[in-house]
Amino acid sequence: MHVVSFTRSTPDTAAKVWVDEEGQVTWGDVASVVNPWDEYSLEETIVQAKNCTGEATVIAIGPDIHDDALKHSIAMGIANALRIDEPNADIRDSLVWSALAAGAIRKLGNVELVIFGKESVDVATDQHTYQLARRLGWTMLSYVSNIIALDPDTGTIRVEQMLEQGKRVLSARLPAVISVMKGINEPRYPNFLGIRKAAKAEIPVWSAADMGVELPVAATAILAYHNPPVRDVATEIIAGKDSAEKAAILAERLFEEKIL
Amino acid sequence: MSVYVWIESYAGRANPSSWEALAAATKLAEDLGSDVTALVFGENARAIAGDAGQFGAANAYICNDEAVNEYRLEAYAQLMTDLVKQQQPVFVLAAGSSRGRELLASSAVDTESGLIADATDLRLEKGKILATRPAYAGKVSMEMTSNSSTTFVTVRARAFQAPPKDANATVSLEEIQTALTMKDITVAAESFADAVADVNLTDAAIIVSGGRGMANNPKQVPSDQGAVDPNVWKAKDGFENTLRPLATVLGAALGASRAAVDAGYIPYEHQVGQTGKVVNPDLYIACGISGAIQHQAGMRGSKVIVAINKDAEAPIFKLARYGIVGDLYEVVPALTAALQRRLGS
Repeated sequence: MHVVSFTRSTPDTAAKVWVDEEGQVTWGDVASVVNPWDEYSLEETIVQAKNCTGEATVIAIGPDIHDDALKHSIAMGIANALRIDEPNADIRDSLVWSALAAGAIRKLGNVELVIFGKESVDVATDQHTYQLARRLGWTMLSYVSNIIALDPDTGTIRVEQMLEQGKRVLSARLPAVISVMKGINEPRYPNFLGIRKAAKAEIPVWSAADMGVELPVAATAILAYHNPPVRDVATEIIAGKDSAEKAAILAERLFEEKIL
Repeated sequence: MSVYVWIESYAGRANPSSWEALAAATKLAEDLGSDVTALVFGENARAIAGDAGQFGAANAYICNDEAVNEYRLEAYAQLMTDLVKQQQPVFVLAAGSSRGRELLASSAVDTESGLIADATDLRLEKGKILATRPAYAGKVSMEMTSNSSTTFVTVRARAFQAPPKDANATVSLEEIQTALTMKDITVAAESFADAVADVNLTDAAIIVSGGRGMANNPKQVPSDQGAVDPNVWKAKDGFENTLRPLATVLGAALGASRAAVDAGYIPYEHQVGQTGKVVNPDLYIACGISGAIQHQAGMRGSKVIVAINKDAEAPIFKLARYGIVGDLYEVVPALTAALQRRLGS
């Protein structure tokens, strides 16, 4: 059983992110971390590979900023890491990204399960996960809140899926691509040995040609980034002799301003 | 030249966010000099297509074959992909719900088409689509375009207003068949547990949210509770018996900060922020929430923000239209009572 997880480096969740004068997105000197949703998918990859006495690999697509996320993954305990770098590819387009990802899975050959975090905070979408499953012709199980059973011998997986309408239990055949929710596990912190191993790791880099991938044409293009409109609010701190009076005045304001 | 919109349904009823997507589709169709075709699959498809007609769709494709009688990604994607390949619509829209996101992404890659997810604004300029959507968990936004012959778009909940309903409008229906049968479906749904109805944060017009401050509940842990973490007990009690009554009076959804979720005060489904839900209600009442950047990313799109916090320096006050510096356990019950008096009369 070979379990693969895709990850990427993104700004720390607490970081301020803004668009600078050149129109580029920046987060200043704040460190890049592993995409916050991926902490759960990386943990799940480690656990599932171990339970099946299988192999675990983490892959990032893009320039070497993503080595940070790969090294974090190694430090957590994923044995193999790999980066795909294709300077000619606009990986912000999910058709291109998923073609490269599918190429890597095919080249690895023996992968039966791919685990994603729910979405990537930088591109703020999850479309690449579904598109990878579709390109491979594999089963897609999204929004997984629990892997109930994974059986490499019968080639089956049972999961709990969390949707707006409630929780579903789904069973399906492997190979499969799944995306996991926060709460599926408690992601571990890298330990000292892991960090040392990550520091020494040499991460192989594959190009599209290495994988025999013919790149599709990017269908979308990002034209510009913008800072959100400044919230032009005049804050009124409601004064009153006690909480009851303040609350009564607030209720009054909400009606006066037709908010209610 | 048509514009398609997938009308999502659950248990035979349309997801109201789909009408917002229909509004976005109508705007694009008008600019193209075209009209809107609704795609309605599953239980009650004919009646839902009739509703789509009243909301402005001119045509509808309906299918209620066994393989699509309830939502199944494989079957729905195949049906949508076949239609798009045959008819080549200019746009395919849907609400950016869990299902809308996976369905449109799947069909987009099947047809090598561009996909714009979670659009908050859409317009045509010289025949090109221009879309605004969030990036970096909503901390910035991006402007995007697509150059494929069909472009798929999911729209953010509450970004577009549902169109007015015209009870006399009719829709031209065409029944279609799916190429898949149940034998082709590899994913089996074994059971389903309905969600607690009050959680639906992304569609909510009003949200009442609690944070770390929920642990400052003056109530004492009852002696029959055994060895519980007193902070967790107090915060849980506060969500149920202090915030929920306010939410009930307002018909609001109950939200929470990451700090509250991570501390075990309330389930993850309620989390608002970067690793939770991004929301944009008309009114957001933040109780005992300091307003960390990652929380702000999830709620700064709210029209009016009210902050109730003991700490006058809390960053949340900078976003708020109205602030009360005070103990939420005094302010919230008083606010609930005041609103009840007003709304009751």
